[in-house]
Amino acid sequence: MAETIVFAVAALLILGGALGVILSRNPVHSALFLVQTLFGVAITFIDLDAHFLAAVQVIVYAGAIVILFLFVIMLLGVDQAENLDIEPIAGQRPIALIIAAATLAGLMSVVLSVGDKLTGADSVTGPLDAVIRVDALGASPESATDVRVLGSHLFTDYVFAFEITAVLLTIAVVGAVLLARRPSGPIESFSEDDAVEAVR
Amino acid sequence: MTFAVDAPTTDWYLMLSAVLFSLGALGLLVRRNPLVMFMCVELMLNAVNITFVAIGRELKDVGGQLAVFFVLVVAAAEVVVGLAIIVTIIRRRPGANADDISVLKG
Repeated sequence: MAETIVFAVAALLILGGALGVILSRNPVHSALFLVQTLFGVAITFIDLDAHFLAAVQVIVYAGAIVILFLFVIMLLGVDQAENLDIEPIAGQRPIALIIAAATLAGLMSVVLSVGDKLTGADSVTGPLDAVIRVDALGASPESATDVRVLGSHLFTDYVFAFEITAVLLTIAVVGAVLLARRPSGPIESFSEDDAVEAVR
Repeated sequence: MTFAVDAPTTDWYLMLSAVLFSLGALGLLVRRNPLVMFMCVELMLNAVNITFVAIGRELKDVGGQLAVFFVLVVAAAEVVVGLAIIVTIIRRRPGANADDISVLKG
């Protein structure tokens, strides 16, 4: 029963936040509703016994990514309310609604047709069963957490993927610095021309 | 894995995830502000993460949670680069929305 209540609260947080992101006129409000959704997802993770991921969800998503969004919104000064009544492309919203409804119908039909019988056997290579992993690591069963299980897999079977994500993050940081650097030299004159053109 | 009768089953989580994904897709299609569109992409990524964790628990496989771990890393990298691109575009064209930059040319 408790799990159901937690699920219901998390689902309300998630869906309310998602609607808020879509319907807010002001991008700052959208970002704050996004925090609500991300907290809801973290609660769902706790409900699903993924405690480490719940913590990471709050730290990385709510703590870093949304703050980055807010930084950019403030930095660019785009924190004014926009008029959502104007429809830039004729017929965009009805078509978008139809596409989203079709996506939802497709996903729901898959979930409902599968029912409780998910295909695929229980894992034999990477079990979430803590006891097996604890024996391999020689630790006491009390200390067996999902952090331990995740870590032992991350640094053995998935170590190459892990190293590649390190490279990916380095590339992302270098790319972001390169892109967001204020251009100097001849590029500056281009941007002035464009600014004039944008005003016209 | 056995659940108590009134505990939410994996299906419930998958349905929640489907609704969240559709809402993200709707927002991505409807909104024209590139920042809000980006937030909607985050909503869709989170919907997929819920699916990964729910099915990982159903199949008792650690792979679901590991996939979410890597999705988190890639999402962080994606947001960093994407926001840098948005900063560059809006600095060149103040008040630009997604339609203004549809040709991907200065």
